[in-house]
Amino acid sequence: MTNSWTDIRNTDLVVIMGGNAAEAHPCGFKWVTEAKANRGARLIVIDPRFTRSASVSDFYAPIRQGTDIAFLLGLINYCMQNDKVQWPYVKSFTNATYVVKDGFAYQDGLFTGYDESKRDYDRSTWEYDIGPDGFAVVDETLQNPRCVWNMLKSHVASYTPEMVERICGTPREKFLKVAQMISECSVPTKTMTSMYALGWTQHSKGSQNIRAMAMLQLILGNIGVRGGGMNALRGHSNIQGLTDVGLMSNLLPGYLNIPVEKETDFTTYMSSRTFKPLRPDQTSYWQNYKKFFVSFQKAMWGSAATAENDFAYQYLPKLDVPAYDVLRIFEMMYRGQVNGYVCQGFNPLLAFPNRKKITESLSKLKWLVTIDPLDTETSRFWENHGEYNDVNSATIQTEVIQLPSTCFAEDNGSLTNSGRWLQWHWAGGTPPGEAKRDNWIMAQIFRRLRALYEKEGGPFPDPILNLTWNYQNPDEPTADELAKEINGYAVETLYDPADPTKVLLEKGKQVVNFSVLRDDGTTASGCWIYSGCYNEAGNNMARRDNTDPDDTGAYLNWTFAWPLNRRILYNRASADLQGNPWDPSRKLIAWDGSKWSGYDVPDIAPTAKPDVVGPFIMNQEGTARLFARGLMRDGPFPVHYEPFEAPIANVIAPKIRGNPVARIFQDDVAQFATSEEFPYAATSYRLTEHFHYWTKHNRVNAVLQPEFFVEISEQLAAEKGITPGSWVRVWSKRGEVKAKAVVTKRIKPLMCDGKKVHVVGIPLHWGFMGQARKGWGPNSLTPFVGDANIETPEYKAFLVNIESTTPPATV
Amino acid sequence: MEPSPHTAQSNPPVAATTSNLTEKDLIRRSASTVPPPARQLEPVAKLIDVSKCIGCKACQSACIEWNDTQPAIETNVGVYENPHDLTPEMFTLMRFNEWDNPQTGNLEWLIRKDGCMHCADPGCLKACPAPGAIVQYSNGIVDFVHENCIGCGYCIKGCPFNIPRISKVDHTAYKCTLCSDRVAVGQGPACAKACPTHSISFGTKEDMKALADSRIKDLKSRGYENAGLYDPPGVGGTHVMYVLHHNDQPEIYSGLPKNPRISPVVNAWKGMTKYLGFAAMGLAAAAGVLHSTLVGPNRVTREDEDEAEKLVKESV
Amino acid sequence: MPVKDIEEGDAIEPGPPVVVDRYTGGARINHWVTAICLILLALSGLALFHPWLFFLSGLFGGGQNTRAIHPWIGVVLFFSFAGLFIRFWRANLPAQVDKDWLTHADDLLAGREERMPEVGKYNAGQKAIFWSMATLIIVLIFSGFVIWDQYFADWTTIPQKRVAVLVHSLAAVVIICVWIIHVYAAIWVRGTIPAMTHGSVTGGWAWRHHRLWLKELAERHRFKKPEAPAE
Repeated sequence: MTNSWTDIRNTDLVVIMGGNAAEAHPCGFKWVTEAKANRGARLIVIDPRFTRSASVSDFYAPIRQGTDIAFLLGLINYCMQNDKVQWPYVKSFTNATYVVKDGFAYQDGLFTGYDESKRDYDRSTWEYDIGPDGFAVVDETLQNPRCVWNMLKSHVASYTPEMVERICGTPREKFLKVAQMISECSVPTKTMTSMYALGWTQHSKGSQNIRAMAMLQLILGNIGVRGGGMNALRGHSNIQGLTDVGLMSNLLPGYLNIPVEKETDFTTYMSSRTFKPLRPDQTSYWQNYKKFFVSFQKAMWGSAATAENDFAYQYLPKLDVPAYDVLRIFEMMYRGQVNGYVCQGFNPLLAFPNRKKITESLSKLKWLVTIDPLDTETSRFWENHGEYNDVNSATIQTEVIQLPSTCFAEDNGSLTNSGRWLQWHWAGGTPPGEAKRDNWIMAQIFRRLRALYEKEGGPFPDPILNLTWNYQNPDEPTADELAKEINGYAVETLYDPADPTKVLLEKGKQVVNFSVLRDDGTTASGCWIYSGCYNEAGNNMARRDNTDPDDTGAYLNWTFAWPLNRRILYNRASADLQGNPWDPSRKLIAWDGSKWSGYDVPDIAPTAKPDVVGPFIMNQEGTARLFARGLMRDGPFPVHYEPFEAPIANVIAPKIRGNPVARIFQDDVAQFATSEEFPYAATSYRLTEHFHYWTKHNRVNAVLQPEFFVEISEQLAAEKGITPGSWVRVWSKRGEVKAKAVVTKRIKPLMCDGKKVHVVGIPLHWGFMGQARKGWGPNSLTPFVGDANIETPEYKAFLVNIESTTPPATV
Repeated sequence: MEPSPHTAQSNPPVAATTSNLTEKDLIRRSASTVPPPARQLEPVAKLIDVSKCIGCKACQSACIEWNDTQPAIETNVGVYENPHDLTPEMFTLMRFNEWDNPQTGNLEWLIRKDGCMHCADPGCLKACPAPGAIVQYSNGIVDFVHENCIGCGYCIKGCPFNIPRISKVDHTAYKCTLCSDRVAVGQGPACAKACPTHSISFGTKEDMKALADSRIKDLKSRGYENAGLYDPPGVGGTHVMYVLHHNDQPEIYSGLPKNPRISPVVNAWKGMTKYLGFAAMGLAAAAGVLHSTLVGPNRVTREDEDEAEKLVKESV
Repeated sequence: MPVKDIEEGDAIEPGPPVVVDRYTGGARINHWVTAICLILLALSGLALFHPWLFFLSGLFGGGQNTRAIHPWIGVVLFFSFAGLFIRFWRANLPAQVDKDWLTHADDLLAGREERMPEVGKYNAGQKAIFWSMATLIIVLIFSGFVIWDQYFADWTTIPQKRVAVLVHSLAAVVIICVWIIHVYAAIWVRGTIPAMTHGSVTGGWAWRHHRLWLKELAERHRFKKPEAPAE
């Protein structure tokens, strides 16, 4: 989220698209109801299904799953055509005026530089025209046909309301109603918030779905303001924390990168990370990259990380592929290239696409360790449960070791919510049975491994042997100890660079925040963006003061938000070029002639002049990007691509199947179906009664939604002779499930490019373990294909067939 | 006495508090009479704003947890309601109705939290034959007292909303208590506390009516011309009220009765029949006594015996 | 006179004194089972009928037991009365004389029985009691099933149950009234009770109240041994 949950109450218009906040985020959704009840805010829901969110909306428009980009580019086109643009914002705070390098072009669904054999682009032309001064060339008059604004205008021109209807199945008048409501927010005194979730991310072009809405929000001037923003509703209570602390194969904590194998030394690694400003006087905050990186290395390896050894740069692994994401790991497992798999708090058998492939992959492991408070399906993948898990246990040789762990309520620690708040929690109970805290389990594994390396050596034991492990009880580091390490501390006494006699921070003290981190090895910080969470003032995540001066929704003394306790990112953009709020009733920060101050922590240097320094300080431009340069693998502008399994061909570029640079594995291509074989467009989703595959283990949740079902329209039910509550078989090219049929008015067939498209909705909460009735999930059916940029699987759009069937045999 | 809470969302007292709902606060007690209470508790109400409800069933979950009930894990029968109906183990239930609005042509998914309405004129209490099995406090809460319940099911017949359910385990009637045990110590009902969208509010009936007014105004601004408060006068008003977008058609909300009142059949049964019945039985007995006094016994005479003997002799 | 007026076991013991056997042992047992059931039903039913009488539930071990046992007694009553019905229905069929008898009912009540027409085994009043009981028991058992929620809750709707409970209570009131009349008549007409305790009445009683019946017994030589052989 650029903003926070509590800020949503400040909005005038909520757009829920690519998510179903009322269903999947009911507690956060309260802020929508607050905005509606107290500000008269309106709610628009755009979804293939009339969801629980839609049930409380002011306007609902249907859309075919996987066509969001066409809809969003249609909205951008509408705003551009009808002059519904927050012009001063767009001109000053985005790269609309920047001139694009010659050679860049777009045609028939592809940008310049596509190499079909590599399924990748040469992105060298996706760049600005750089002037002789070394800065990007801009045209303030927007006359240059190659300036970003004009390039975008022509790029979106074909996404007319008629085209949107043809692709998305959204009736033209409904699209226009949405466009009209949204475009009203182009005035500075009206804001719209975008609430989205996995309905946008779980596509082969998920990142571009989000970019398209971000571009629209920039055009409307809604980023950085109260009640605005791009608000990703995270799918777990701590999934924001997962990415923040770098639990990705290609990331280090705080969105630093794991080196790739070409970056053989620290100098090479840093050479592509200088982040020189692209416009004069801009902040380009990533120029501090080295400080954060070195401080991380010091937190990891302490005195073993020295200037002489490039702060232990060589201790880091070097990636030979872009990322070892979940799809790649299971592809490798499937090919017999993985021996062991440690599965901590994860249930891949149900959570990953193409369950048959997952089962076969796990069966090829030598060993599998599961660390989980629950008896997960993954732990029991080898066990025959009749139709529900029809495996031959005798042929599976994988040794499974189940380590029972605690759940969040049995441990201290912090959870990072969607609004980037690090909220400390305290154990509310003692772990049952043999359950152990994850910290204890990890410490045991680490200490035993280190003992082995100590004894046996090996080619390069240093990263293990030198790992900092200064915990009071080395067998079980506490959450407080880890949090302090993450915050960071002075490795040596820090002196003021301007006055070397002045001590800024004594050795061993906690740093106040990341602004004091240094690149000379005198500071350590485990995750720079979290720095400030646990400093000398104490555990700021444990703060529970809910005072909120002038009811802005900031709640600065409630827990700690990264970065620097800032609640709304880019909040400098809430004020104009003179530093006055665009909307005085929605002031966040303002310039008083010498400095910035206000209700939130300014997202700009306090003394940065408003007419000089741009608000998007993390970007080298200082402005936000309507044109993303070469930073997205699949294009600087979003393009509508169909899902890999789509009921119709791509209207924009009929020859292109799926996203042309989405990552696919060759064996899986053969398992993509056509609409001739599998005529119905399926999508998967959550229900509010359950949380993933966890709560089916809880009796109360099992009572509230006991049994697996699929949802279909009355029309499809009539066509297929399916009666409500009867058993149906749903199958894709990769597998089949049996479910109860919920026949509903909430799903209606869509007319797309002249073809009637039936939607089949498949909720995801059942398996063969737990209290609820045994069932399947959608991932017996979903395709094994990932987003072009972040490899998130395409769970939300695939093809199936459906028919009436008999109940599964009881087990 | 603890003041009544004004909202379930406000922070409730944390210190131990004595219950403010005592025998002395009863204004009605089934099959018995109670003296008028010395004090009048502030009337409370739960306001369910259907227009804010997302059907998440957190209220059901909280109700199960607080009352420690064990509803069965049922099946899916093609709808979202689970359990499929109110049960002795499930005192509240989200009911879902897919309604095509003929005026706008739009689908509306009407989700209503069903449960006891805590009528000011409670039909269950009226019908109950067991002294003290159903009580009504001066704050409006209608509660079942299980040790006095005989399981006859008359409350089911008396209720205009089809709420009470008889347990097959202990043969007593169950329904929402409005969390009388929580309200008595200054807390709001569990469902209201759990509701994430503040669709369920709890406080004084007056405050809830004022809150409803503001909600109705908002709904009217969104084109719901018939938005209104459901506080049916036929049962004397209720202490659970709904804000409905279509207050002119409550029946579209999964059969919420348009003008609920205690059935005339029940009124006849619990009213006239009793008096007529006693009168009839009394009259019959009195007539006997009177007749016996006035006319005296009908005795067989000597002549009768002789006639009989004569007849027998002749026949033999 | 049709034979239907004589029931199994009816016979004259020529005496002297003349004694007439009116009810067999089986009939008497059957009657008293029915009577006890009816009394228990009235007591338990009245306990639920009005709070003033709820104390009666104490006779059955409390309200829960009263509620549980009442319908079962009803079932016993139903079958028990069915036995009586099979025994007595023929003799209770309407006869020509009933009309005449009814027109003189005021004479009977006024103690001028000599003005009454001669009747068979049952007079019109007794027949009315019999058929009222039969009808009311049918009504009660059916309305009772509708409100027997422990087993049949799902068989009917709540509005149907409401009607059933009203009908059940009204029928109960009526049957209690009928019962009062029945009992009073048995007491008022002295010499009646032995018919159901010992099975027989005096010849005078039969002559006075059921002369046709007595005459028919005599005509048909329904005499009890050894005084006279049965035909």
